[in-house]
Amino acid sequence: MPEPADLASRRRDVRVLVLSGLGLNCEVETAEAFRMVGATAELVHLLDLLDGRHRLTDYAIVAFPGGFAFGDHLGAGFVFANKIRWQLYDQFVDFVEGGGLALGICNGFQTMVRLGMLPGFDGDYRTPRATLAPNQRLGYWDTWVRIEADPESPCVWTRGLDTLELPSRHGEGRFLPADEQVRERLERDRLVAIRYVDADGRPTEEWPANPNGSPGGVAGICDPSGRLFGLMPHPDAFLYPFQHPQAFRNQPSAEPSEGAGLAIFRNGVDSAAGIAPGG
Amino acid sequence: MIHRIEIGIRPDQRDARGEHVAAQIRDYLHIPVTRVRTRSVYHVDADLTDDEAERVVAELADPVLQQGAVGRIDDGRFDTAITVAYKPGVADPVGKSARVAIEDTLRRELPSDASVYTSSLFLIDGADLEQAQRIATGVLANPVIQHTEVADWESWRASAPDMSIPKVASEGRPEARSIDLSGSDEELSRLSREGLLALSLAEMKAIRDQFRRAGDEPRRRELGLGARPTDVELECLAQTWSEHCKHKIFNATIRYREGDGEVEIIDSLFKRYIRGTTESVARSIEDAGGSSWLVSVFHDNAGVVEFDDRIHLVYKVETHNSPSALDPYGGAITGIVGVNRDPFGTGRGADLIENVWGYCFASPFYDGQLPDGLLHPRRIRDGVHQGVIDGGNQSGIPYGRGWELFDDRYLGKPLVFCGTVGSLPVTIAGRPGEQKYAEPGDVVVMVGGRIGADGIHGATFSSAALDESSPAQAVQIGDPITQRMMFDFLLEARAQGLYSAITDNGAGGLSSSVGEMAEAPGGARIDLALAPLKYAGLAPWEIFLSEAQERMTLAVPAENLDALLELAARRQVEATPLGEFTAEPFLQVTYGDQTVAYLPMDFLHDGLPEMVLDAHWQPPAFATPSARADDCGAALLDLLARPNLTSGEAKARHYDHEVKGLAIVRPYVGVGADVPAEATVSLAHHGSLRGFVLSEGINPFLSDLDTEAMAATVVDEAVRRQLCAGARLDRIAALDNFCWPDPVRSEQTPDGEYKLAQLVRACRGLADTCQAYGVPLISGKDSMKNESTLGGVKISVPPTLLVSAIGQIDDVRDAITLDWKAAGDLLFVIGETGDHLGASEYHRYLGARSGSVGELGAPTPFVGGAPPTVDADRFVELYRAFDRAVRDRLVRSAATPAKGGLAVSLARSAIASGLGAELELADCPGAHDLADDVALFSESNGRLIVTVALEDEDALRRLFEGHACARVGTVRSGERLLVRHRGAICLDLAIDDLRGRFKEGLDHA
Repeated sequence: MPEPADLASRRRDVRVLVLSGLGLNCEVETAEAFRMVGATAELVHLLDLLDGRHRLTDYAIVAFPGGFAFGDHLGAGFVFANKIRWQLYDQFVDFVEGGGLALGICNGFQTMVRLGMLPGFDGDYRTPRATLAPNQRLGYWDTWVRIEADPESPCVWTRGLDTLELPSRHGEGRFLPADEQVRERLERDRLVAIRYVDADGRPTEEWPANPNGSPGGVAGICDPSGRLFGLMPHPDAFLYPFQHPQAFRNQPSAEPSEGAGLAIFRNGVDSAAGIAPGG
Repeated sequence: MIHRIEIGIRPDQRDARGEHVAAQIRDYLHIPVTRVRTRSVYHVDADLTDDEAERVVAELADPVLQQGAVGRIDDGRFDTAITVAYKPGVADPVGKSARVAIEDTLRRELPSDASVYTSSLFLIDGADLEQAQRIATGVLANPVIQHTEVADWESWRASAPDMSIPKVASEGRPEARSIDLSGSDEELSRLSREGLLALSLAEMKAIRDQFRRAGDEPRRRELGLGARPTDVELECLAQTWSEHCKHKIFNATIRYREGDGEVEIIDSLFKRYIRGTTESVARSIEDAGGSSWLVSVFHDNAGVVEFDDRIHLVYKVETHNSPSALDPYGGAITGIVGVNRDPFGTGRGADLIENVWGYCFASPFYDGQLPDGLLHPRRIRDGVHQGVIDGGNQSGIPYGRGWELFDDRYLGKPLVFCGTVGSLPVTIAGRPGEQKYAEPGDVVVMVGGRIGADGIHGATFSSAALDESSPAQAVQIGDPITQRMMFDFLLEARAQGLYSAITDNGAGGLSSSVGEMAEAPGGARIDLALAPLKYAGLAPWEIFLSEAQERMTLAVPAENLDALLELAARRQVEATPLGEFTAEPFLQVTYGDQTVAYLPMDFLHDGLPEMVLDAHWQPPAFATPSARADDCGAALLDLLARPNLTSGEAKARHYDHEVKGLAIVRPYVGVGADVPAEATVSLAHHGSLRGFVLSEGINPFLSDLDTEAMAATVVDEAVRRQLCAGARLDRIAALDNFCWPDPVRSEQTPDGEYKLAQLVRACRGLADTCQAYGVPLISGKDSMKNESTLGGVKISVPPTLLVSAIGQIDDVRDAITLDWKAAGDLLFVIGETGDHLGASEYHRYLGARSGSVGELGAPTPFVGGAPPTVDADRFVELYRAFDRAVRDRLVRSAATPAKGGLAVSLARSAIASGLGAELELADCPGAHDLADDVALFSESNGRLIVTVALEDEDALRRLFEGHACARVGTVRSGERLLVRHRGAICLDLAIDDLRGRFKEGLDHA
């Protein structure tokens, strides 16, 4: 077993590029989350990546944070994804093929799906095979949801997770595969890393436990390598234990030591650092 | 060459927007449409080849969900088609983003004069032409900003696709004109009225006299100007002197008289009651040996108070009423993104960390007479919500407080309050963050969006009542993404210390921002010909006054200019030097070579003649209800479902409460997170446990009886809510927003003296209560023409004062919520209950139930009775004891009984906790001899309902020795609310029944 000091230093060596600018909104809390689990996170404006001031290859993880890039005009994440696709995408594909990790939250998930980074079948990260459609109940909706991780999923970001509650807030989160083959493959390869579940812990399509009507309760998916992960709920907005909506009903002693969202970031950082789960 | 591109939903996919529109048409207009298909249409006015247009379509259409075509998509017949397009000059942010996407896709820049225009197409099954016409104007479009075309299937098929675009027809380069003010008084008044200047005769004369004097000055002659003002000068003065900007009524000398009593002279309400309060609070803190925690009040765009060693808190609440009445969506989104610029323009710029919203509307269920020219309150409500939702959510700023209040006197003008909390770094680039230090020689730089005709006369327009001639061009549509990109750039420039001062371009545009910033260095000189325009054809005065959104003005030391412009270019934000600040005390404006304004700074800011106004108070008389509720349980259930007391959650959850990851106590709390919190609590930044607390008080109903009681009540309510969340009593600051009907006596306002007396009394109640509680007023705003005269009917809003409080908590883990925590906890009531049912929710409920209907514009019948009062010196003793109980961690839940009294407050805590309670009303201080309904529903101030653990009872009692505080009952696990009065049961209700009624109130609204 490595010493804790060694673990801390290996985590600190994990450089995380958190995209910002052009209407992204959650870059600060996303970077804070990576820092809280020990990594080194930097905010990088997309335009500084475009003009070569920063290069993805200097980082182990790229994070696509939530927000409203270009106001989500013409579809969630569309204009932002389009800019990457036509000006920068070779660099992203090189990064992924070189073993890099990626996390997309909400708007970031929408962007990754638009680009074809997810689900990224057979090493093809350029073909869109799904979309995030407008919620069944039209409009933006802010609520906390319960999600359950698939223990059999190859997703490195959800390793060891069971159920957890997270804030969810979006208007376009209904995950639709392009066709039945894509849906079947996602299920067969256990790429649906997390699903919305009801009070009894069963995957659900019912509002409000499932805020967007996503078929099969799909809340987040990964690529077959498990290194690329996107989800609609916001682990970046549950960093402190007293942020849970019921926190003030509990006795202080009953509170967990950290916000449940951090586990997802720690999994990604540990995977990038080569630290085994539970290490 | 124009290409028309249509994007629609694939036939095998659900068209969620179409389904939503179809449901609205059926609900609102009762037209049985069976299907609505929606299309987004883009008219690309650029040099695209046909092949490029096809590539763009392939890119724009989502491969899973959508289909697209150049020209039209043909997927089968429909009954009628409705096209909704913007009118020329209306901001089209989606068109801007589409242009970016097209350029990225084609890997080339489009010509500078290229544009993308967006419109929507609705294909309807189940509506004929006449019905489609009603759908177009009744649900889909607002004729103020949009244009509609309706066609049936046959004529649609027969016609070519519509290739028209709403390009602004503009030509030439209009010159400045000089204005002749030598005419009669009548002519001067006409000039003001027809020119939408909103200047009084006395003001017009002051301007005339000034220019007569200045006409002989050699410098003015040398610049080619004479004894007549130019239109640029006159417009600039009109806007600088507008009620909106100069607060003439708050600065007037007022002769106030009560009944037949002596006349009291008040030299400025603002000086005596607002600034006077803050100065008095600051003095008391210092007298007590403390140091004032006020950093910057009254002179900047928002108030600033100390928070921790990293940041100060900044807070501002604004209204955007008139624009929201004309275009609810556009007016409201402009309201929220506009108030964002106030904290951003405070000091050298604050980060924006929380938004708040609050609206006063007529009932969405209103089914009475609707004067021509007014939108139905349901449409106003839906549009305002959506605008503020989009504005804040897209900007990435979480919402804290949010509330709605309904009274049919808001039919003529809705009140739309939007506010923003900022965090201002204590130190920015080596200097105190609150300091602005523009010096002569610093460059005037405009940053952000371009200038168009949008919002011209906005400041003078909001200083006038709505009538048939209200200008549509006064409407702007905020664009959060453009503003967000500007803010991101400015935060980088701020960190590098590239500018010395910043302010926003809101009301009055450049004329206001440059005019204000020039005060410190002395003066300014700018060239309007340098300003970037959306289109040609704007006159110099229009460029100067335009309220086109998303712009800030900077003062940039000359040595930093290159660095600032380079950073702006890198961030794709437009930044344009327009001139420089000078030591010469003049605002000099040129348009190319020609000088079009040369205004002495002292005349611009201090030349305004002071108003002298009369105010006369006569206590009004209202009847009290004749019939009382015989079943208090049924009455409570009815009250919980009334729009003013119901949950409101269905709208509130469309607002983002979580972004930034700092939220602690959110707007809705409890086991089901479905009961409005007394106050919200949030961290101000990551890495600290210190939090800030937001609450508010508003109760315009009490204004019918006495505005002094009203104002005292709303301060008390805001402060009690703060305490209930765990805020420190010694760190609460407040903002005052007055929204009044015109209080100046005139032919149109014969009761002006009474309305002004209401204003005087409100100021007095506000000042007395704030001083007693030690709450400084750090910023505020007044809006003084809140009425409409349409179709011959005048409707005035009830005098409305919103008090928004911002407090602090040392450790957010000590925050308190209103839900009871455990069965067996003891219920205490602090403070006395009296017979204060005047203008209460209960009396209005009884009045409405009696079936008698008030006149349009009059209060609900039977609002008489005694209003709640505030004995501030006594209440503050209770609050100090409570504050100690909170610090000692004795308080497990706390609630503020206000509208609806003890009964509604208890019901809310029960719903939030899923627990029941058993209590005896007669044990509540003061309640023993009151009738059941009075004890339950009275809205007495100064009360708190608190639960404590059994073992903490003695500790609590010790803290409240000698104060009105009594143990009244116990929290039970039984899920029933059981209340006795003098031993007899007066309420016995299941929590599920309470919850059901509480949550249904605004369903189907």
